[in-house]
Amino acid sequence: MALPVADQPIAKPASTVGFILKKAAISALVALALFSLMIGIRTEAGPSGQLIYWTRFGDLAAIVAAVFVGSILFELLRQWLGPVGTTVVVPPQVSKGLSVAGRLLAPALLIFALLVPVIFYNQRYLLDLGILVLTYVMLGWGLNVVVGLAGLLDLGYVAFYAVGAYSYALLAHYGLPLPLLSTAYPFITVEHLQLGVWSFWVLLPISGLLAAMWGVLLGFPVLRLRGDYLAIVTLAFGEIIRLVILNWQDLTGGPNGISGIPRPTLFGIPLTPGDDGLAAMLGIPFSPTHRLVFLFYLILALALLTNWVAIRLRRLPIGRAWEAMREDEVACRALGINITTTKLSAFAIGAMFGGFAGAFFATRQGFISPESFTFQESALVLAIVVLGGMGSQLGVALAALTMIGGFELFRGLDQYRMLVFGAVMVLLMIWRPRGLVGHRAPSVFLHRERTTIASDMVKEGRG
Amino acid sequence: MTVSPEILTVEHLSMRFGGIVAVNDLSFTAQRREITALIGPNGAGKTTVFNCITGFYRPTGGGMRLVHDDGAAFQLERLHDFRISKTAKVARTFQNIRLFPGMTALENLMVAQHNPLMRASGFTFLGLLGAPSFREAEARAIDFARQWLERIGLVDRADDAAGNLPYGDQRRLEIARAMCSEPALLCLDEPAAGLNASESAALSELLLAIRNDFGTSILLIEHDMSVVMEISDHIVVLDHGVKISDGEPRAVRDDPKVVAAYLGADEDTAIAVMEGGT
Repeated sequence: MALPVADQPIAKPASTVGFILKKAAISALVALALFSLMIGIRTEAGPSGQLIYWTRFGDLAAIVAAVFVGSILFELLRQWLGPVGTTVVVPPQVSKGLSVAGRLLAPALLIFALLVPVIFYNQRYLLDLGILVLTYVMLGWGLNVVVGLAGLLDLGYVAFYAVGAYSYALLAHYGLPLPLLSTAYPFITVEHLQLGVWSFWVLLPISGLLAAMWGVLLGFPVLRLRGDYLAIVTLAFGEIIRLVILNWQDLTGGPNGISGIPRPTLFGIPLTPGDDGLAAMLGIPFSPTHRLVFLFYLILALALLTNWVAIRLRRLPIGRAWEAMREDEVACRALGINITTTKLSAFAIGAMFGGFAGAFFATRQGFISPESFTFQESALVLAIVVLGGMGSQLGVALAALTMIGGFELFRGLDQYRMLVFGAVMVLLMIWRPRGLVGHRAPSVFLHRERTTIASDMVKEGRG
Repeated sequence: MTVSPEILTVEHLSMRFGGIVAVNDLSFTAQRREITALIGPNGAGKTTVFNCITGFYRPTGGGMRLVHDDGAAFQLERLHDFRISKTAKVARTFQNIRLFPGMTALENLMVAQHNPLMRASGFTFLGLLGAPSFREAEARAIDFARQWLERIGLVDRADDAAGNLPYGDQRRLEIARAMCSEPALLCLDEPAAGLNASESAALSELLLAIRNDFGTSILLIEHDMSVVMEISDHIVVLDHGVKISDGEPRAVRDDPKVVAAYLGADEDTAIAVMEGGT
């Protein structure tokens, strides 16, 4: 049945010139209020400490004018694009092609990652950058278990990174303590075992386990907390770990950090110019790039391990319980799911991967200090997870590439780098508020077909 | 040895919130393989009783004893939180539906089978390594979930997000999810709320099937009297936290106290109304 003409939905009339000008004028007014002090008046301390100030009304006028014009342009652009939320009709061939491309993206990225050391063998800077990006990919995947799957907002993830790094550095420095039984009083003696070339391979799992233990320790007091309260306590926990490291000078060296951390070996073969080094054994000339390439593949392997475990866990009962807990904790309790162990396991697994990444960081740098473990790192990793789309493995990898790689890309812009970075973040959050990959793939199917769940159904991590 | 005919015995249950007495010295029983309805005007304390039975509240006084078919007995007031569902096998649904909206219908039913699956996955370690015994257990769990989806007519929408399903389907999915945890006692908090007449009829059929085919005892809170009168074997009426009537549907319907409570009038007026009406 055709609708009578009068009942048919009528397109909303386009906003008039008056509306656009009014909006621009309001924006300009806000800009004037904001910038009148920030830009309009410049203050400085004089030679004898007095306050000197002078006005810059010209600059202020320029900024306000720019906001006015920008606001008009923005509004025109928005009207030209049509109202937000309209479905853009995409031809089926195009959308099918896009979904094929999307499915090929992950393998393509993996192959590219495997080939990076071959392609960029002579560019140490790019190799270094690749290692950095992969470290953040691994941290992002680790935090994704806690924030993306279990929905526990963790602002202190860097604490576990620090625990992993310091566990490795301290145990390698002082030796691995081994309690030995003895016949004489006090019957137990502690021997410190120096591990030499095997340091990294023995201490990597130990660092991860110690970090997991701290994850459980953090988990206990925050069991009853949700949302903002959980975020604050985890934030404080991150600071506590950093401050303890900073102030326990006898053990950690305080602000001076720990140097001379043993470098990783290729399962016992050191990557050094000496006679027992890998280069000498293979009979090729030594190059410092060898170690870089080795580190690259090492972090790639660690990151892929994290990814494999996270994907695997998601399809196991524990992973489903994490997601169910994110969706509705009360319903979980009514179904007989132990919230305590479920939460603690999420914290422990996330922390363990943070610990692995920390141990890798320590062995790569050869030197660590508390400066590397500030809140900014936690915020960066959390931003990667949020930007990537909570719970999405591919999204997190893309976000780490964009955030860390993109940040380096704009190095030429100097002080404006942060500005560009912030603008990009704002734009991304407007266009893709649920992150780059904003849908959730079910963990189990009854009918063998690929469906995804639109993100507006899925709960966000609120603790 | 014969097991007692009562699956649930509530004795002198009291629940106070500060100075407010929500439930006062309530005693009733729910018979095995029967549908027991808990009714009463708004604010009578029905949901509070439910929350005590399912462990969301810790009662300030009294006790609740649950006896399984095999004779295993549980004092529910002593069980903590999730153990009421895990060990005592009491499942519940909620007045305002509490599904996992971002997960599919099938995933919702899989989460309900968490505890047996967790054991099958060797507390994750065997499952992580892909042990064949876990794969079999998972396939069985999926099959069990499929049977329930077929029973509630949602098998075609198994892979759709639960939050996307129509309201009536969500209600039935929540009941199926509770049943997937294989409960001895199923507690339903207003399952017919918001359903239309034909959906209510389908619900009655489902609940009767649960009782007859699975032998699961049901405790239900409901305002829709057509559902209550049709399927209940036994009705307990609450008003202001006190039991005012208890018996078979017909007896309860004709009890002047019940009519008075629902009309908000005193007993004599109610009797007068009833006599005038008949």
